[in-house]
Amino acid sequence: MSDHLEDYRPIVGSQVIDELRLLADRVRHLRLQHINSTSVGGGVAEILTRMIPLLRDLGIETTWDVIKGNQAFFAVTKAFHNALHGGEEHITEEMFQVFRDTTEMNLADLNTYGDVVIVHDPQPAGLIARKRDVGGRWIWRCHIDVSTPDPRVWGFLQDHVAQYNASIFSMPDFAQQLAIPQYMVPPSIDPLGDKNRDIPDADVRAVVERYGMDPGRPILTQISRFDRLKDPLGVMQAYRLVRRRHDCQLLLAGGGATDDPEGEEVLREVREAAGDDPDIHILELPPFSDLDINALVRGSTVVMQKSLKEGFGLTVTEALWKRKPVIGGAVGGIRSQLLNGVTGFLVHSPEGAANRAVELLGNPKLRDALGDAGHDHVKENFLTTRHIRDYLLLMLAMEHGDTDLSVLTASSPR
Amino acid sequence: MTTQKSFIFDTQLHLVVVTGIKACTLQELRTELARISESSVFLHTHQEYLAHDFQQTARYNDFARWVSEALREEPLAEKLAAIDLLAFTSIAELRDALLRTIDTYLATLDRPGYQCRPEEAFHFCRSRSFVLPTGLIADDVGDFFEKVASISHASLYFHFFEARLRLGRQTNDFSRWLTDRGRPDLASAIDGLNPYVRTLDELRRDIVQLGAQT
Repeated sequence: MSDHLEDYRPIVGSQVIDELRLLADRVRHLRLQHINSTSVGGGVAEILTRMIPLLRDLGIETTWDVIKGNQAFFAVTKAFHNALHGGEEHITEEMFQVFRDTTEMNLADLNTYGDVVIVHDPQPAGLIARKRDVGGRWIWRCHIDVSTPDPRVWGFLQDHVAQYNASIFSMPDFAQQLAIPQYMVPPSIDPLGDKNRDIPDADVRAVVERYGMDPGRPILTQISRFDRLKDPLGVMQAYRLVRRRHDCQLLLAGGGATDDPEGEEVLREVREAAGDDPDIHILELPPFSDLDINALVRGSTVVMQKSLKEGFGLTVTEALWKRKPVIGGAVGGIRSQLLNGVTGFLVHSPEGAANRAVELLGNPKLRDALGDAGHDHVKENFLTTRHIRDYLLLMLAMEHGDTDLSVLTASSPR
Repeated sequence: MTTQKSFIFDTQLHLVVVTGIKACTLQELRTELARISESSVFLHTHQEYLAHDFQQTARYNDFARWVSEALREEPLAEKLAAIDLLAFTSIAELRDALLRTIDTYLATLDRPGYQCRPEEAFHFCRSRSFVLPTGLIADDVGDFFEKVASISHASLYFHFFEARLRLGRQTNDFSRWLTDRGRPDLASAIDGLNPYVRTLDELRRDIVQLGAQT
């Protein structure tokens, strides 16, 4: 990871960096505050960890605060998360009350001071109640797929969201009927972060061997939290179908997030389903395993992300950046990353995933072509620098209102 | 020193705003297309030109791509993609052409139109754009061609695509300026470059080459 924007110039090009500096000049007088629910684990924390030093390097005063919550609160927000994804959850009035109580506690404890405050995901959404006291422009950033939400949970959340100045979604499909502007900002990965930077082949091989796999044989990999919506059991089913035609190993690796109490249960189910197959490798990676994850993806032959629901799917982005052929579930943000047949393959079932895996394992040229196109697609659309540009533009939009076009002159920096 | 005769290179950067309006059938697409903002029409017909080469292989605008992929109405997709964007000097004219093309197709359709699955719906978006000076200024024609070589894709896109159609300036900004500077020959040559059949890199290269020939 780099804290210096100039380090990105050789990767993304001078034009991109120069435009970021132009934009930063226009919003440097605004303080930016991010608020979310976890500082470790999960895509949001990763993005903020990378992005904040770079925003500061651009001269933007940027801070990041994390709300507090006990296990009961995170069990509730996990249930909300699943329900917003369209899953069946039994949501009780008590659960709403736990959410309200934790929101009240955080309203009392957490200091909000940004000129622009970006609140990430449902957990801290209730902090909007503070806006009437402290002012500022408040933006709710939704990282999850809410295309078919549970109406009761969305209704509860919407009461909060409607009070924000604007909202951000990762895909147009997730947008809702809201009176506030809904911006589309896909998330991003850091090409210089430990999870994505170039590493020597020898190191890749060493890590693959250290985790008990044979680097000489094909490896199918899914790197993902142990979460039912990521369908690890479906991946295992696909692997077993592939094995009828091709020798290969399966790697299922994931870390936990402090706001995901369901993970252990799913991990147990996955281990049970794997039985005693020596070619199935299930790894529970601790936080800060980024270099190992990087090496494991680079050491893979084909990467899968067979999600049943997905906010965006940064694991897909990470694999594409490493020029890996990716097979992904045709859901959420995976669809905007895998242009079917060009930058990867979209599938709807374990059988579909198996068919594509067999095709890829037998065709190295196809693997290379998809990998190269995928890398270019990520470079253009899903790197940290593009994400920073969008946030700077959002800050500008908060100042200039919701018109279609603002022409800023040289003499009027605001 | 900047004079009125200098060319000020601007750039355009934008956010995509989701309108919440969507379509699952051709009729719904037609109905909403008739009333969405001009910003939305422009975005959905032009954003592919800012994208990487591999996405431009089919040269389908968003409407054409959706009609092809979600509705499987390939003949209409081809017609929508074939609309000559260079023939219009306003978005209103472009919108009319899109609507006429869809209406003609609907009139000949002898079966019920396909309704796509909700997850394949067309989502109307619009752009929230900011135009800002890059700090690059050309004082004479020679200086202009030197600096064109270094401008960003976004800057080139603004002066060529947005200025002509979205801002209703009739032609691209470079040709207007060169005409004012007494070089109608160069203005006309640049105006003759069709930006819709070139990548932005190719367009910039061809402009620079025209300058080098003088």
